[in-house]
Amino acid sequence: MRIYFVKRLLLMVPTLLGISLVSFLIIHLTPGDPALLKLGDSEQRSGNQLLAAQIIDETRALYGLDQPLYVQYLRWLKRILTFDFGESLRDHRPIIDKLKERIPVSVKLSGISLLFAYLISIPLGVHSATHPYSIGDRVTTIVLFGLYSLPNFWIATMAIVYLGGGDFWNVFPVYGLASPNAGSWPWWQRLEDELWHLILPVTCLTYYTFAVLSRYMRVGMIEIIRQDFIRTARAKGLGERIIVYRHALRNSLIPIVTLMADLLPALLGGSIVVETLFSIPGMGSLSYEAVNTRDYPLLMAIFTLSALLTLLGILLADFLYTLVDPRIGYEKSATA
Amino acid sequence: MKRAQRPEGYWHIVLRQFRRNRVAIAGLVVVLLLFIIAAFADFIASDKPLVMKYRNQVYFPVLKDYAAWLGVARWETQFQNVSFKDFVASNFDKRDWAQFPPIRYSPNEVSLTSVLRPPSAQHLLGTDDVGRDIASRVVHGSRVSLSVGFVAVSIYVLIGLFIGALAGYYGGIVDMIASRMIEIMLTIPTFFLIITVVAFLPPSILNIMIVIGITNWPTVARLTRGEFLKTKSLEYVVAAKALGASDVRTIFRHILPNTIAPVFVAATFGVASAILIESTLSFLGFGVPPSKASWGSILSNARQLLPSGWWLTVFPGLAIFLTVTSYNIVGEGLRDAADPRLKES
Repeated sequence: MRIYFVKRLLLMVPTLLGISLVSFLIIHLTPGDPALLKLGDSEQRSGNQLLAAQIIDETRALYGLDQPLYVQYLRWLKRILTFDFGESLRDHRPIIDKLKERIPVSVKLSGISLLFAYLISIPLGVHSATHPYSIGDRVTTIVLFGLYSLPNFWIATMAIVYLGGGDFWNVFPVYGLASPNAGSWPWWQRLEDELWHLILPVTCLTYYTFAVLSRYMRVGMIEIIRQDFIRTARAKGLGERIIVYRHALRNSLIPIVTLMADLLPALLGGSIVVETLFSIPGMGSLSYEAVNTRDYPLLMAIFTLSALLTLLGILLADFLYTLVDPRIGYEKSATA
Repeated sequence: MKRAQRPEGYWHIVLRQFRRNRVAIAGLVVVLLLFIIAAFADFIASDKPLVMKYRNQVYFPVLKDYAAWLGVARWETQFQNVSFKDFVASNFDKRDWAQFPPIRYSPNEVSLTSVLRPPSAQHLLGTDDVGRDIASRVVHGSRVSLSVGFVAVSIYVLIGLFIGALAGYYGGIVDMIASRMIEIMLTIPTFFLIITVVAFLPPSILNIMIVIGITNWPTVARLTRGEFLKTKSLEYVVAAKALGASDVRTIFRHILPNTIAPVFVAATFGVASAILIESTLSFLGFGVPPSKASWGSILSNARQLLPSGWWLTVFPGLAIFLTVTSYNIVGEGLRDAADPRLKES
């Protein structure tokens, strides 16, 4: 088993290399020149063409942007081996510092969102599956289907417009994760303030995951309940509660637990749209800034990190399979 | 009698199963309705009359506009660069008449005298900050959404089918290269990749279609590859090859028709997600050029105007929601109908 996973880890290296190469090419070959962007409008407008051209050339040389692409890529690879992501083109700060600032915010946001999604969807799915085609089940199915197709930028905009002091009520704060002067407050007040700030963005982040999880849970549970061992448990005279929660639930958790792997990249990646709309300084809004300023090293760092997380997520899924279902083993496939 | 003896074809069964599903049929009706709206947007919402009679002559200005755009006809000098509404108001006498479309505004018709009006008989869904009619913009926006959905998905279905078929059919080194490519593309964060590329291309619908198209093929390729692996050793394929069918003929004539159902289902869901991606891009300001009305760009505009008006956020969002839901419903219906496990039920 261990050998199998070590093998899998090693196989990730060529894939990661491929991903970094593809991302590198995409980032550098799409039009848009960071040196030009960095120069900004002011110098361009000043009319001093010579000075502008000189600044652009020097900026390019400074960041190695004047080198051929393969040289730039090899340089990037060499640095990444020592976990050096380089400096941001925008403000010269090391990218690793930016990541250290932003990652905890996104982990908190997505972590809370995932927690809620699981906490609500499991009992809801179980209820729907144990009372199939009842009114409750029908209503939840329809509502979940609706949630599934709702664009999150729409929901976020509506939340900001209607609940954040735009057109109607001014109930929730819609800017950042803390009030401007919260630093001087006692901790319980700060906590309350932060929770208050979290409600809207977490809701916007959660409803989709929640809908997906509940649908999976319902289908998985219905399949399990029809199986023989559940009939046997009933025949033995076990109580319905024990049958559902001890026998059926454990088995139907498999697909849900492994879905966790798909959700892992979101934990770090955050949501570009939700974080940008609510001005939350997490990875999502960092990505948006990186795209807008054409910050090559930052873009590369984000691409590589999220690809790494996706790969780890897939690996984690395979590992979780063996944990929740001891019948699954990888020894055979490891030798094959 | 002869037809009854033939075994029922696979697509026939799928169609029969699909027809039984009333919700799916309702979804399909909405999808078709949206297509009609998109195709006839100029006849539903335009500032030009559909038909008008002026000085004993009958004109069809909306049709004429198409002809002029195609270069087959020219506007009469008296109608060149005129606003038909002003023209009707000032030049018409008792014998002349004009029949306008149900929504008598063009999507980009600015009117600074009616800014931010709530829905009324005049402006069914209200107006925005420069007096453009929201109903007209929503109707014309359907064109962007549906065309992006269809073209983008067609692009990636074609790429995916091609790569998946090659990988599944030939196996070996071809399969290895294709599988690595699929794995790499599946691991790269797609939405982030799309905005990275789109943000620095000039805003155009075509660019969005192409970018969505070339980033989403791996799912289709993986599906096709799997189906080909399952199918290629079946007896009828072996028989076709034994009869001397070429590779191309075996792939396209024999295997592909039997493997395409799951791809078709995936494509239906794909249209829904492509429409979502397009509206998100337009919302973030990376999407359609400002001259085009798109559901996402109407919403983006509404967000920047605070306090704005409920009609600016509610209607374009509902349009997106309705479209995406209908496609998802049709997709679910197709998936259930195509699932062989349900055939007997």
